[in-house]
Parts: sequence; structure tokens; C-alpha cells
Amino acid sequence: MKRSTLHAVCDAGRAGRGIVRAVDIASGEERLIDIASGNSQLERAAADAARIDRSAVADADGRTWFLDVCNPPLDLAIIGAVHIAQILARIAHLAGYGVRVIDPRGAFASPDRFPDVSLSLQWPDEAFAKEPLGSRSALVALAHDPKLDDPALAAALRTTCFYIGALGSKKTHAARLARLGAHGFGDKELIRIHGPIGLAIGARSPAEIAISILAEMTMKLRADDVWERSIVRATANTGFTPRS
Amino acid sequence: MDEADILEAAERWTLDGHAVALATVVKTWGSAPRPAGSHIAVRADGLFEGSVSGGCVEGEIIEAARETIRDGKVRYLRFGVSDEKAWSAGLACGGRIEIFVEPIV
Repeated sequence: MKRSTLHAVCDAGRAGRGIVRAVDIASGEERLIDIASGNSQLERAAADAARIDRSAVADADGRTWFLDVCNPPLDLAIIGAVHIAQILARIAHLAGYGVRVIDPRGAFASPDRFPDVSLSLQWPDEAFAKEPLGSRSALVALAHDPKLDDPALAAALRTTCFYIGALGSKKTHAARLARLGAHGFGDKELIRIHGPIGLAIGARSPAEIAISILAEMTMKLRADDVWERSIVRATANTGFTPRS
Repeated sequence: MDEADILEAAERWTLDGHAVALATVVKTWGSAPRPAGSHIAVRADGLFEGSVSGGCVEGEIIEAARETIRDGKVRYLRFGVSDEKAWSAGLACGGRIEIFVEPIV
């Protein structure tokens, strides 16, 4: 790999842009591919690999290439700068997410409570107008206050973000769905909201709840089909890992 | 520590004047612990960041990467249960992996 290629890949990552490095394994020749292009066979294969977030070997233009997908970090938007958010922000960062915490209440969203986390003191709809959610985004609503959570959930439902979760009991969640339903969202849309949030691992403390949320986000991201999910669910319930 | 962090470590090291090689998982079969696209960046002095397996073949990869820094040549390494060398390196999970090692030049 050329130094210039390494810098270009790192620059793309820092700018939040996806890029693919194609390497001809036989010769070591490399090409950087902008995933927005798609004119040649190689460029189309690279764009496909970036879309599904999987580096892979591909035959294109008569040669065998390794497509090294360098996607920007996943995006986690947390509504409510609460205790669970302090821990979720830290563990999600370790799992490769760029984390932003959105809460207009300055006493909550204080840099002392959230060192090294991007804090927004705006209301959720203002924050998302500035930095929208995308297909690599997750939205976690923890404020437990409909004034904050509901507009954020409504904004998320209008995007292709891969995970939407909301803190609250079954009763709270039913009331929340009724409110969002009254705003015109149908059952097919509302089922995208995970509530009560997190995998059912019996979490009690804020840290355990944060783990259950990150686990559910991971399941949605990596195992989003019925069979896989049932395996993951079984694993979560029994501690037994059938596929190791 | 995701893949971007590992590439940034490699970038930082080259800017600091270190010789660096990069190893990348290209193909996997069976229950390989790290998917294609996983990286390990290695410095001439042996310091490394990242992983290409659950730790079973890292030792050998780091050695291969230091060879690559010395001779400037790319390497293509295969590990699997049917491979005697790999068996000694201990890819006990039963999977097979292929790894591309290249210098940063």
C-alpha cells in the first residue's frame, strides 16, 4: 500500500466518507474507488461491497481483486443525556460508533458528564435537520420525556436508520405508540421501534441496560433475519452458543 | 478499536518515521474469528495494532510482516487445519483464512 493511499483512506474516514481500496493480489497494484462512481465492473462491485459493508474478493475487468471496504463509522444518536447514556456512549465508541448525545437540558448534556462525546444542546428535530440520520445510523431514545423522545422517534421513522429503540415499560411504550399513531404512523412503521429497549438479559443497572441496548443494536445490524435472530435470542436466553 | 483506528495507527507510525507493514484478511471459510477486511498493522520494532484471528496466527503474521518490511515484498499466507504450518500456529477453531501482507511504501 502506498503512503498516499493510506492517507487518502484515513482522510475519507475522518470526513465520514466511504471508500474502497481494490488490490490486485497477484501484483499488489491498488486502486482507490469512490463508491459513488460505478462505471466499470470493478467500480460497481466495489459499490456493492460497500453497501453490504463486506470486504471480499471479486473478479472484475478480467482480474481478481480484493475489495477492502473502508466505510465511515456507524452513527449512534442518543436522545437524553441520562445515566444509561453515559455508559452507552462509552461502550458504543469501543464498538466502532461515532456517538452523539442530544439533549437541550444543559445540566444533563454537560461535557463534565460526557467527556470526549459530541454533545448537542439542540432539540432533536433541529439536531437531525443539521445532521440527518442515515442507513448506518441508530437512534436510541432514553430521555423518558415525550417532549424529547417523540419528535426524535418520528424523525427516525422517516429515515432508513437500521435501529430505533426507546426506553420505557410496556405500558409506557404502548402509550408512546398510540401518540405516534395519532400523528399518522401506521403499525408497519411503528414496529421498527424496539420497546422496551434492549435484549431481555435481565439487565438492572445502567451499565447492564447499556449492554442490552448495544447487543440489540448489533443483532439488528448483523443478524437481521428471522433464523439468525432466533439463534441470537436463544443464545441471549440460555447462554448457549450453538454455532461456535 | 475498529478498522479505521488501525489504519490511523499505521498512518501515525509512518508519519513518525517508522517502517510499517499491513496484513489484511482476504478470505475466510468456516468459523474464522475475524471477517475479510480485518487488519493488523505492524511496525519494524514489533509493535502492532489490530487482529486477523482470535490470536492464533498473530505471532506468525507479525513475523511475516517484519520480513515484508525488510525485503519490501508482498506475501500471501494461508492458514487452516489441513495446513501443517497453520496447525503449528494453532488455528484451532477449524476455519481457514488467507491473509495478504504488504509494506506501506
